Amino acid sequence: MRSRILSTAAVTLAVAAIMTLPAAAQKQGGTLKYYHRDNPPTTSIHEEATVSTVNPFMAVFNNLVLFDQSKPSNSLDTIVPDLAESWTWSGDRKQVTFKLRQGVRWHDGKPFTAKDVGCTFDLLLGKAKDGLRLNPRQVWYHNVENVRLNGDFEVTFELKNPQPSFLALLASGYTPIYPCHVSPRDMRTKPVGTGPFRFVEFKRNEVIKLARNPDYWKKGRPYLDAIEVRIIASRSTRILAFVSGEFDMTYDTDVTIPLLKDVKSQAPKAICQLRPTGVYTNLLVNSEAAPFNEPKLRRAMALAIDRKSFDDILGEGQLGISGAMQPPPEGFWGMPEEMLRSLPGYGKDVEKNLAEARAIMQGLGYGPDKPLKLKVSTRDIAIYRDPAVILIDQLKKIYVDAELDVVDTTIWHRKVTRGDYSVGLNLTGLAVDDPDVNFVENYTCGSERNYTHYCNQEAERLIAEQSKEADVEKRKELVWQIERRLAEDVARPVIHFQRAATCWYPQVKGLVLHQNSIYNGARFEDVWLDK
Amino acid sequence: MGAYLIRRLLLMILTLFGISVIIFVMLRVVPGNIADILFDAAGMVSQAEKQKLEAELGLDKPIVIQYVNWIGGLARGDLGYTYVSEQPALDEILPRIPVTAKLAGLALMFSIVFGVPLGVVSAVRQNTLLDYVLRVISLSGLSLPSFWLGLLILMAFVRYLGWIPIYTSQPASLWDELLLLSIPAAAVGFRASALLMRLTRSSMLEVLRQDYIRTARAKGASPAAINYKHALRNAVLPIITIIGIEAAFLIGGLIVTETVFNIPGVARFLVEAIRWRDYPVVQSLVMFIAVVVVTVNFVVDMAYAVLDPRIKYED
Repeated sequence: MRSRILSTAAVTLAVAAIMTLPAAAQKQGGTLKYYHRDNPPTTSIHEEATVSTVNPFMAVFNNLVLFDQSKPSNSLDTIVPDLAESWTWSGDRKQVTFKLRQGVRWHDGKPFTAKDVGCTFDLLLGKAKDGLRLNPRQVWYHNVENVRLNGDFEVTFELKNPQPSFLALLASGYTPIYPCHVSPRDMRTKPVGTGPFRFVEFKRNEVIKLARNPDYWKKGRPYLDAIEVRIIASRSTRILAFVSGEFDMTYDTDVTIPLLKDVKSQAPKAICQLRPTGVYTNLLVNSEAAPFNEPKLRRAMALAIDRKSFDDILGEGQLGISGAMQPPPEGFWGMPEEMLRSLPGYGKDVEKNLAEARAIMQGLGYGPDKPLKLKVSTRDIAIYRDPAVILIDQLKKIYVDAELDVVDTTIWHRKVTRGDYSVGLNLTGLAVDDPDVNFVENYTCGSERNYTHYCNQEAERLIAEQSKEADVEKRKELVWQIERRLAEDVARPVIHFQRAATCWYPQVKGLVLHQNSIYNGARFEDVWLDK
Repeated sequence: MGAYLIRRLLLMILTLFGISVIIFVMLRVVPGNIADILFDAAGMVSQAEKQKLEAELGLDKPIVIQYVNWIGGLARGDLGYTYVSEQPALDEILPRIPVTAKLAGLALMFSIVFGVPLGVVSAVRQNTLLDYVLRVISLSGLSLPSFWLGLLILMAFVRYLGWIPIYTSQPASLWDELLLLSIPAAAVGFRASALLMRLTRSSMLEVLRQDYIRTARAKGASPAAINYKHALRNAVLPIITIIGIEAAFLIGGLIVTETVFNIPGVARFLVEAIRWRDYPVVQSLVMFIAVVVVTVNFVVDMAYAVLDPRIKYED
């Protein structure tokens, strides 16, 4: 009997040892070195709408909840606790209460409490006295009625309407919790968080340095001693530095499809992963200015878009086609391909689309001898200009004589908002792969980023309805109805979702790249170096 | 001479005042300001919030008041705060000046060390194979775009030879830094040395045909004495002028080199500041470059009198 107990204990110990092997294999220490393509405008994630800020500074903070950093797909099912240990929804799904983690300290030693959550949402809801200089995601929280503190370690969000995807917004890298005791101004230059890494310095044009937080509440994390992000503006120089082995990894999605072959050939040991960037290229048609206020004309322009050509030229055939939501398999809400093909302009028969577009144009009085003259306005940045040139070429086929109007990036949004354009080529980035983000920001009446001023009551109703829907399959059906409506109304025709690669050397371990967002996976607490 | 110096100094102050007005006005004529750019970056278009930010930064004040505030601060040594990093502009600018100064100094040294002697050799050996080779080298130096040459040099020295790293961390010592900067300095100095080589050659050819050179030869002076003591000294004035212009140009003209070689200097910082319409930084840096240019010109003018005793500045 005793020997059986001993042997059972031995087996148990062996199994336990085997189970703990991966953990034991992880090495503590080292500095993860990668480069950044540009200076982040500031260090304050809440005040920026660029991944340039989220990427290096997400590791300084914690959220209430977070998309699981070890799972490649962001969805409501992959949301895990962070500063909130748990959460519960009320019966009517209009309140969500978070139990907060105790014993957490800010990097300056002060304790974290529910008040900090309250302060953060006062900033985001525009209620704070000393507010944010810019508040680009206020629209995300249009459904928040109130944030109620229940003592020091519990907080309840009261919503105007049920919104299952509210948790997805909180789980984004864009939603860190800020301390009450540090002003927004200081957060723009010296951010203080509770996250796995402390902010050390940010020298413009040089470097961003983060150091391990020794008091991190998650014991044993992070593995790295430090993160060093060098800012290198020249793409050729930074890629050269990477292939020369000066960095452990590239900046996320910095390697374009054409460049990927070069990197692979010059750094054969590097591991590269091509994935969507969450940015989609789209066509803006000013429906408030004649002759573009004629829906038939807008439809003809939508029909003229040959997405495959865009894909072949810009993405070597690896971009695929998509509607407004990121397409599957990476995207969670995108239409299945066969359904997408039934939308106007998405059919495989390009000649048929063009014939229909030409017939519409002729019906409107345009033809080879009387083309419609217009300017395609876009920003003076290669990723905007290149597709604009292809678009101009494609529009020629439907009697449109278009000219490229390159606009300085400083006045682009002002020009578009004023309606001082006829046709524009735009890029739109999505931080969270969720219709509540994309549709609400870009297609609802009165939204600041709804540049074409598209406003359709049926679309509004469907957008509100899908937001309340808890059943994922039913919600998908609603989302696809909205997609069809947007395509038929030529609200903002989507040309393609962009893809790019991230590369790293084999010594970088524990890195999991999120497949449907580049904004939510830069916590780096599970990353370690096998050097 | 004293009165001339005072006149020149007053003219320098007037020039700098003119530059300050031009740069101030030009920056505000260029479309967009920092608020536009910040809001653009955030994809936001709320006019009310933008106006609030403009008021916070003092951009809503009349342009004359803005100018007086800036120039008053400048006179007191207060360059204001950068709009982007919200730090004192001086703190952002000062650490970057030595980096660019070292790079520009090395590049200038490279151009003089190679350009002037090779120009002399090319003139002395006119129409020989050596002359042709040197002329081809100098022409290629003038025609190769610096960004392309820079990338080629990076490929060679970083990727294939592995002699230098890319400037990705602060070098441990001044010697290390100079070594690291020597390659980009050579890339920049190549163009300047080509210019100096051609100028030295043509200037020397002109002087070498003068009667006094023939006299020196007739008197049995050695070729070295003729070329360097008699000819070069008389041919040096236009070379000094070009060296002065190059020195001034290098302080603000290293944008491409600093970008390609990833050197955190003033020129790249200036371009970044222009992109963000960071007025306090742009204005201060342009004024700094203007001061350098005006001072170098002044020094060059004074050097004329030292190098050529025939030149006298009348009171």
